[in-house]
Amino acid sequence: MIRLTNVSKRYPGGFEALKDVSLHLAPGEMAFLTGHSGAGKSTLLKLVALIERSSNGQVVVKGQNLAKVSRRGIPGHRRNIGIIFQDYRLLFDRTVFDNVALPLVIAGQSAHEIGKRVRAALDKVGLLGKERMYPITLSGGEQQRVAIARAVVSKPALILADEPTGNLDPAMARDIMGIFEEFQRVGVSVLVATHDIPLIETLPHRIVQLHQGRLVADTGARP
Amino acid sequence: MSTTERLSGARAVRNGPVTALKIYLLRHVQTLVYALGQLSSRPFSTLMTAAVIGIALALPAGLHVLLGNARAVTTGWDGATQISVFLNAGVSEARGRALAEELRTRDIAAAHYVSRDEALEEFRRLSGFGDALQALEDNPLPAVIVLRPVLADSDAAGIGALLERLRAHPEVERAQLDMEWVKRLYAIMEMARRGVWVLGALLSLAVLLVVGNTIRLAIQNRRDEIVLTKLIGGTDAFVRRPFLYSGLWYGLAGGLLALLLVAASLWLLAGPARELATLYQSQFRLQGLAAADAGLVLLAGAALGLAGSWLAVGRHLRDIEPT
Repeated sequence: MIRLTNVSKRYPGGFEALKDVSLHLAPGEMAFLTGHSGAGKSTLLKLVALIERSSNGQVVVKGQNLAKVSRRGIPGHRRNIGIIFQDYRLLFDRTVFDNVALPLVIAGQSAHEIGKRVRAALDKVGLLGKERMYPITLSGGEQQRVAIARAVVSKPALILADEPTGNLDPAMARDIMGIFEEFQRVGVSVLVATHDIPLIETLPHRIVQLHQGRLVADTGARP
Repeated sequence: MSTTERLSGARAVRNGPVTALKIYLLRHVQTLVYALGQLSSRPFSTLMTAAVIGIALALPAGLHVLLGNARAVTTGWDGATQISVFLNAGVSEARGRALAEELRTRDIAAAHYVSRDEALEEFRRLSGFGDALQALEDNPLPAVIVLRPVLADSDAAGIGALLERLRAHPEVERAQLDMEWVKRLYAIMEMARRGVWVLGALLSLAVLLVVGNTIRLAIQNRRDEIVLTKLIGGTDAFVRRPFLYSGLWYGLAGGLLALLLVAASLWLLAGPARELATLYQSQFRLQGLAAADAGLVLLAGAALGLAGSWLAVGRHLRDIEPT
């Protein structure tokens, strides 16, 4: 699903966020990306989502070499990925339904299809019945679940999450990880950047550790 | 792998070309309505912007209407070339009338005799100097025969010859072609017409800048939304669309306001204009903006709004990228 080969990312000014990282995430695999802030977790996710481009090495997503994706091809690439952020990034002037529907609207789906899929996605994150509410009236955990529904509504084969539980209390964080596990169970690849070590050690998934831009530990698939 | 493939395969619900086109058009209509909703949710600031555009468009449109009225008043003036033949003071009224009859038989379409008393009466009525005339012992005005030649006014040589002939007549003191001032008036109106176009061009530029700046602010205000839309795969065209339609609405609203302003101004002017026309014994009534011109104002507003927002969008939207 994701294959990084000797990837480096150097920002203008000389800061090297990633140094010679090689990593392979298989289809249907779930992995946690850990490390201190500044270790390069976010940068790695940005390379996969084409928010940044690598300075060296090769990033291949779903068989597509990202160096060959032009600027015009970026929207198409991102539609294949569900992205989740620490700060949820919901639109507060729109209802929960409209927030979740946005990727489908962008993709030009029919209203009937949108209604069906949005309700299915909200059902999966346990928010069916709150579709007419505005995000501001929801708790942090609920807001993040809206964001997850938005990320999965177009049924992407890959989910990227950058510190999705960073603003949540432990119970809610566990809840959110549980939702990710459900998606992984139906074959979606999930890559979660997090520094919540206590939480992820209780979960049976691969943990990849970055330190100052280098990949320093990789547990592989855990039983 | 197989599960994933099935999943991504399921994702690709392909629409037929007709359905896709329908959805595409529907999206445009929805965005159009959405943009209108966005604007009407902030009625005050929207109205301010529309008012600026409206005033900018109303100025040239209003001047255009006034010029059109001026042209309507003066239409035919140049076609009906008049020659005023002032008679010697000694010529009697009966002789004057006879002379008018004599002249008509030649290449003159119409000859109207105005006696000295009639001339004085008309002057008293129209000039407003009636009281001053009381002070005069004598009627200073000569009798005049107003001629309308058959010749077109473009036939300068023919007119010139006619004038020479009239001047040679012993009972005629002076023969004068009443054309020079009409030509000057037309020259002034032509200049004013050009002026309206220049003003229109400048104010159109102003509308472009006003809309451009308004849309630039809107883009800045919705920066987060733009970033998010791009993050989840929104194309540039998708992000651009609501802003373009906002510009279109601003322009249309401005055009509509301009029409209202012109109509209101004309309504205010209609009364005095009627009085003025009555003073000149004219049936003239102030004309409003023609339907075609009104349509043109709306079209110009919409086009300028769209162009202005296109400028802003082209300059500022590309700079906003997720980081």
